[in-house]
Amino acid sequence: MYQYSEQDHQLLLERVEQFRGQVQRRLKGQLSEDEFKQQRLRNGLYLQLHAYMLRVAIPYGLLSAEQMRTLAHIARKYDKGYGHFSTRQNIQYNWPQLEDVPDILDDLAAVEMHAIQTSGNCIRNTTSDPLAGVARDELEDPRPYCELIRQWSTFHPEFNFLPRKFKIAVSGAIHDRAAVAVHDIGLRLVNNAENETGFEIYVGGGLGRTPMIGKLIRDFLPKEDMLTYLEAILRVYNQLGRRDNLYKARIKILVHETGEDEFRALVEEEWQKIKATGLHLREQDIDRIKAFFVDPEYDDLPDTDREFENQILSNPDFARWADKNIELHKQSGYRVVYLSLKSAHQPPGDVTADQMDAIADLADKYSLSQIRTTHRQNLVLSDVKLQDLHALWLELKKLDLATPNYNHMTDIISCPGLDFCALATARSIPISQEITNRFDDYDFVNDLGDLSINISGCINACGHHHVANIGILGVNKKGTEVYQLTLGGSAREDASIGKIIGPAFEADQIVDAVSDVLTVYLDKREDPEETFLTTYRRIGQPPFKEKLYG
Amino acid sequence: MGNYIKDRKPADDEWMPFTGLEEADSLPAGDIYVPLEEWVAARGMLLGRNSRLGVSLKNTDDLTLIKDDLERLDLIVLEFPKMADGRAFTQARLLRDRYGFKGEIRATGDVLHDQLFYMQRCGFNAFELRSGEDLTGSLKAFTEMTVTYQPATDEEFPIWRRDT
Repeated sequence: MYQYSEQDHQLLLERVEQFRGQVQRRLKGQLSEDEFKQQRLRNGLYLQLHAYMLRVAIPYGLLSAEQMRTLAHIARKYDKGYGHFSTRQNIQYNWPQLEDVPDILDDLAAVEMHAIQTSGNCIRNTTSDPLAGVARDELEDPRPYCELIRQWSTFHPEFNFLPRKFKIAVSGAIHDRAAVAVHDIGLRLVNNAENETGFEIYVGGGLGRTPMIGKLIRDFLPKEDMLTYLEAILRVYNQLGRRDNLYKARIKILVHETGEDEFRALVEEEWQKIKATGLHLREQDIDRIKAFFVDPEYDDLPDTDREFENQILSNPDFARWADKNIELHKQSGYRVVYLSLKSAHQPPGDVTADQMDAIADLADKYSLSQIRTTHRQNLVLSDVKLQDLHALWLELKKLDLATPNYNHMTDIISCPGLDFCALATARSIPISQEITNRFDDYDFVNDLGDLSINISGCINACGHHHVANIGILGVNKKGTEVYQLTLGGSAREDASIGKIIGPAFEADQIVDAVSDVLTVYLDKREDPEETFLTTYRRIGQPPFKEKLYG
Repeated sequence: MGNYIKDRKPADDEWMPFTGLEEADSLPAGDIYVPLEEWVAARGMLLGRNSRLGVSLKNTDDLTLIKDDLERLDLIVLEFPKMADGRAFTQARLLRDRYGFKGEIRATGDVLHDQLFYMQRCGFNAFELRSGEDLTGSLKAFTEMTVTYQPATDEEFPIWRRDT
């Protein structure tokens, strides 16, 4: 992974001192809360319902075991013994004291971590495919490009006070595991007719109260032009993005109101003027960054293992887990392992300090000392030998991290909701746990196949309910929490926004409603291979509506 | 001591903002700057004057309206109506990088310690701090961060190209 230079270290130390000064000015009353807000937000510090919340950046979701141990240490020393992995691959702490935050940042800086630009109206931490570098369907590893974007966007002087927050995701594979279509800018590595690799550029995707799928504004951008092109988009947005209305300030509204073609023309015009500047990437610049992401030394192993096959045959529990939570690896004899953070005993995405330490140890022991975080709020050990899977599984089971549900209905994305969030109008964690408990039956979940359920506790859609096959949105209606159902969303390469199906359900009816939706699917699917989404797209809403509302 | 910083030092502001321009006779002596509309309306008269001239722009104003006059202008004042409104960062960069403006670029409005670092990187070299800001303390903003990654007005190349 990327190793910090002396200057990278220097920058973090300076930032910690700068933030320490800002906290002191706030505590002395020299900064008003409103002015401090502008500063703390740019450093990932929110003021939530009950306490401050600190969001720590995990650039493109990649963590070393040592970094994970530091995250555990912070959870233990400064928080209540756990952390929460978010949909943007970051980790959040819900209970830090303001006075402690500079010390937390010091501890993070010691392991090349920080909270820079994890919130605020600036370019946020860039996200990517959690299988980057190991996926079988990968054209090229996206992480070197993410790292270039990280460096370009960190404290970008021109784009640190944008109309709104700005999120970029990069994917390098056929399958989209980074949800590029629902980001302000999504970059997808593709091959053109000459078999050169470059980027498709999507602009203006996003969820929230006006969900939109990003528009393809360039179908092939040479890699060396990546940063100049991003700079051109950001410059157009900084000048023309709306600032009169918070809800219309995202770039998706600018693209929508300007029109896709006109917006593209504005970007191209600006880009022509800057494409040959110092930000143009030379091949050696890309190669230098790529050198940090070379493949590790893999052992030369066959892609089958008799012992593993025997374990599968003799242990149904192990077989279930292996079937659900293991993915093929580009290297023969290795597998990618999903650690499910979606058990019935913890809120989605939550990990305790003890679990974090144990995961770090497992990464050292079985997976080249690295861990990845995913868009769906899970963790990944990316380089596990086939022959080690059983031993790893036994240890994960003890840690309650082996629920066999990856990409299945109980692998629920959920925002923190009214239990933690100052914006939320309804609870989301209890609903996700109720669903998980109700459907805590492997055979049923397995039979449903590939199916996503996402839950948001308010219209801001942090739980990405719009892009779930079954989305649940909690809203407050005359003092009562009620839940709207959306069906048919997807955050993958076939991205779509789900549609609301009808009137909302009371909290004590919503799980039954989900159950009804599943019943219709099981009844209508053409065969067990037809996924929920395919069935829904084939038959549309009416059969679901009829079952739900009669 | 006032609230004005130029070239990283506290300074005396020699410029007078002026509006309500009707005739050359009504102009005060010395260095003045006028809003863009008045510059456009009375450009000829102003250019005939034998003192330094400046123009102040709103952050929605079109820079191309003054791009041919930049040789004759010594000051451009750019406004931050709220600290969170960052449009003037782009204006300053374009003035320096694209149009080659060499004179003073001054930030006014909601100018606080915490933006000075970004402002100077975008080409501002003068700052009217918002009232109440600690001028001496704010000077630290220019040196508290020393590492920069990306090109801006102060650096042609990103960090990965500077030593090769």
